[in-house]
Amino acid sequence: MRNRRFLAVLPFLPLLGGCQAVLLSPSGDVALQQRNLMLISTALMLTIIIPVMALTVYFAWRYRASAKAEYDPDWNHSLPLEVVIWAVPLLIIVILGALTWMGTHLLDPYRPLNRISAATPIATAQAGSTQMRKEPLVIQVVALDWKWLFIYPQQSIASVNEAVVPVNQPVEFRITASSVMNSLFIPALAGQIYAMPGMQTKLNAVINHPGDFEGFSANYSGEGFSGMRFRFRGLEGNGFEDWVKAAQAKGDKLGREEYLVLERPSEREPARQFGSVAPDLYDAILNMCVDRAKMCMRDMMAMDAKGGGGREGISTVMALEYDKSVRRGGAPLPPRPFVTAICTPADVYGKGGVTARAAN
Amino acid sequence: MNSYPDWWKLVFGRFTLEAIPYHEPILVATFAGVVIGGLAVIALITRLKAWGYLWNEWFTSVDHKKIGIMYMVLGVVMLLRGFADALMMRGQQAIAFGANEGYLPPHHYDQIFTAHGVIMIFFVAMPLVTGLMNYVVPLQIGARDVAFPFLNNFSFWMTVGGVVLVMASLFVGEFAKVGWLAYPPLSGAAYSPGVGMDYYLWALQIAGVGTTLSGINLIATIVKMRAPGMDMMKMPVFTWTALCTNVLIVASFPILAGTLALLTLDRYVGTNFFTNDLGGNPMMYVNLIWIWGHPEVYILILPCFGIYSEIASTFAGKKLFGYTSMVYATVVITILSYLVWLHHFFTMGSGASVNSFFGITTMIISIPTGAKIFNWLFTMYRGRIRFELPMMWLIAFMLTFVIGGMTGVMLAVPPADFILHNSLFLIAHFHNVIIGGVVFGAFAGITYWFPKAFGFKLDEFWGKLSFWFWVIGFYVAFMPLYVLGLMGVTRRLNHFEDPSLQIWFMIAAFGAVLIAFGILCFLIQIAVSILHRDRLRDLTGDPWDGRTLEWSTSSPPPAYNFAFTPVVHDHDAWADMKKRGYRRPLGGFRPIHMPRNTGAGLIISALATICGFALVWYVWWLAALSFAAVIVTAIAHTFNYDRDFHIPAETVLREENARTEQLARA
Repeated sequence: MRNRRFLAVLPFLPLLGGCQAVLLSPSGDVALQQRNLMLISTALMLTIIIPVMALTVYFAWRYRASAKAEYDPDWNHSLPLEVVIWAVPLLIIVILGALTWMGTHLLDPYRPLNRISAATPIATAQAGSTQMRKEPLVIQVVALDWKWLFIYPQQSIASVNEAVVPVNQPVEFRITASSVMNSLFIPALAGQIYAMPGMQTKLNAVINHPGDFEGFSANYSGEGFSGMRFRFRGLEGNGFEDWVKAAQAKGDKLGREEYLVLERPSEREPARQFGSVAPDLYDAILNMCVDRAKMCMRDMMAMDAKGGGGREGISTVMALEYDKSVRRGGAPLPPRPFVTAICTPADVYGKGGVTARAAN
Repeated sequence: MNSYPDWWKLVFGRFTLEAIPYHEPILVATFAGVVIGGLAVIALITRLKAWGYLWNEWFTSVDHKKIGIMYMVLGVVMLLRGFADALMMRGQQAIAFGANEGYLPPHHYDQIFTAHGVIMIFFVAMPLVTGLMNYVVPLQIGARDVAFPFLNNFSFWMTVGGVVLVMASLFVGEFAKVGWLAYPPLSGAAYSPGVGMDYYLWALQIAGVGTTLSGINLIATIVKMRAPGMDMMKMPVFTWTALCTNVLIVASFPILAGTLALLTLDRYVGTNFFTNDLGGNPMMYVNLIWIWGHPEVYILILPCFGIYSEIASTFAGKKLFGYTSMVYATVVITILSYLVWLHHFFTMGSGASVNSFFGITTMIISIPTGAKIFNWLFTMYRGRIRFELPMMWLIAFMLTFVIGGMTGVMLAVPPADFILHNSLFLIAHFHNVIIGGVVFGAFAGITYWFPKAFGFKLDEFWGKLSFWFWVIGFYVAFMPLYVLGLMGVTRRLNHFEDPSLQIWFMIAAFGAVLIAFGILCFLIQIAVSILHRDRLRDLTGDPWDGRTLEWSTSSPPPAYNFAFTPVVHDHDAWADMKKRGYRRPLGGFRPIHMPRNTGAGLIISALATICGFALVWYVWWLAALSFAAVIVTAIAHTFNYDRDFHIPAETVLREENARTEQLARA
């Protein structure tokens, strides 16, 4: 029995070794709040878990047969006790539920940050306030087979397997994937969010301490998954601007053709930068139409929303297919004629819906 | 493939000689081991002239007790396979650092973790709990068999069919490399073109038929076949948990079947339910699979809660504390288990309100679960606890499970889940509840009911050794994973860069070795107990001073279970009967109506397995032929009117007299 009581302490050992456990000492405000919520919920539960464990051991020892303790074989009900054993956990769950509701909304990855850290709130654009709201740095993230592509649309650069941000600058990640599901996770910065092809997820976060951190995919995505890691660097002062300038100075260009080469499966790619990026590239990736022979998802959806192409629409099916032809490593199909977009009399060029969505 | 002529493709589909992995030494050695072992077993059976015995008394048996035992054997055999996978993973992760790539390339490693998950859930945990329910429930409610005895046999063999397909994938072709729940698009035709994923689909589909039918069977049994006087609120708690489990099975396994069927259509005929393109939506699959997947974990744990309840009250020598609240807790868990599935993917991008809803419902489940823990606690209070093996498993469970419950609630807080999801912390959590809850429960149940099934107890020494190896091994193997999870290490990796992690993986690997000793001691325990069965013999049929009806009959029980159907006045019916000076009837027996054995279940499931195998390899003629044969055999079986018989009164009298003698000797 003594053995096991000792072992029950083991789960709390990581708290002692907290200095090396990145989740317990993160460098980003979001991850810090997530950690705090984790610790508060643990503490709350321990208020009931510890007495239960202690009582289990105590009762097991106290009422062992050889102890000849009080024996009451017919005692099987006690209303006050029943009330307690249902009410106490209920009370804890009510508290935890309230914390969860608030925490989940406050730390919703889609929600723009309202603070850089506990001490520095972000000024909201209020009437009479002269302070400007700090706009987030946008990074478009694409999970490729098996590497990460980060596109900086505001700087018009792109980076493979390395993401760099200024310290204390809110960052908005817009995340998608090229082939299968992945999960963007930088433990020091913030919690993870899935990266899914044809869909976009968002993550708002900020890094408070400069440093070199680990980022990786947290959702198994096939053969090269283990090597799907990148460096996430938080830089102080002009570090970020210098990095951007250095990248821009490189002649490498990332257009659709280059992307289709980059997209091919590869493992453990070294970090590298592209000095310029086609402005519509991310949008094309998200809509799975980097290959110009493909119809964009948004056009397909627009057609479907208007009732679909009918029997005539069958001729466009080839152009709709994406992952069946361009399997991992497969070559793109030769271009075929098809309907690229549909229009209404009021919107003759069919651009209204497209630009509205692209603007987002 | 291209070098094969057209007639080959017509006859053998996409099977080629290259599909046999003779270039993989690990698999060749395993195959050699299986062949030698298999030949030895076959030779032994032939030598003992036991084929007829096995066929007549076991394979074709519709007796719920024998089917229950066969399920348990299946579960234990597959535990060895699933655990071998676990050891290989632990070995790989303990050495694959920096320049060392380990001994398992991703191609092999990815199959292993997929197989480990699939096997442990579907072919270890499920057979073990189904086996225990099959064996115990009819005895606990005073019935002579389940409601549909043939269906029971058929269900078992369909489960075996799934096992055969999974095992076949080891030596012919490969298994899936997609993780145990096979999320598309990775599991779709585009990204998993090989046979592995198809083995996965057909194995689960075939085994799922068995599980669903077995669920229907046990519900009908519990609802319709209880002894007179046993109303719902007098049912033993294990029967209650079995009822809820089977309700969950019947309500959730069709979802699995449907989801897998849609994925199968995507893969075989090019539909687009879960593809990236053409309007498919992989997120739909993730939702659907977890709408089955979450109830599944309660399917596993609820019967174990029942086992613990029986053990707590038996070994504390008193009534279960709070029977009513125990029953309501079980029912509440059953219902709530359908309202929490989204907590498996908070990180998929649902809004904050959706995530909070599912987070809070998840936490609410911990209330009835907590109530159960308290009920066991207060069952011990003012008891007279005998620390036999089952009771030791119960204590180990209570101390271990609350830790797993706590980490589970941590994972239920969405913002905390964002940092813990898919990490080794998650792995540690669910092994904490599955090993600490289901595996400990299965061992407790096996130790507890073994004397009922075979008439002798299991050896204490080897049992205790196994217990300590398992419990300590569990902590040594999984506590490091909690730590690694907090260090930000994710699951399913087969190689690491950071050398500071290695020590934790080595500790975990050592823990896995301890568990291996636990399994070994368990097998030795069975062998030693069989050798010393005379010393361990129990003549009373009631070795633990039990409280429920299964202990009122002989060990092992006669084919008909009860000569007369018992009449129930109270819960803990047998304790009540003992208290009121129950006397066994010694005469006046009547012929007993019993179901007759049939081989149809085995034949149909063998045909279904062949059909599955043919579909995996695109051998269309064989698939069509075996499918037609399944239908024809099933119809032919309906014309078999020789499906019951009467055990003559004289036979009953003879058996009951033998029991009287036995009791006199006890």
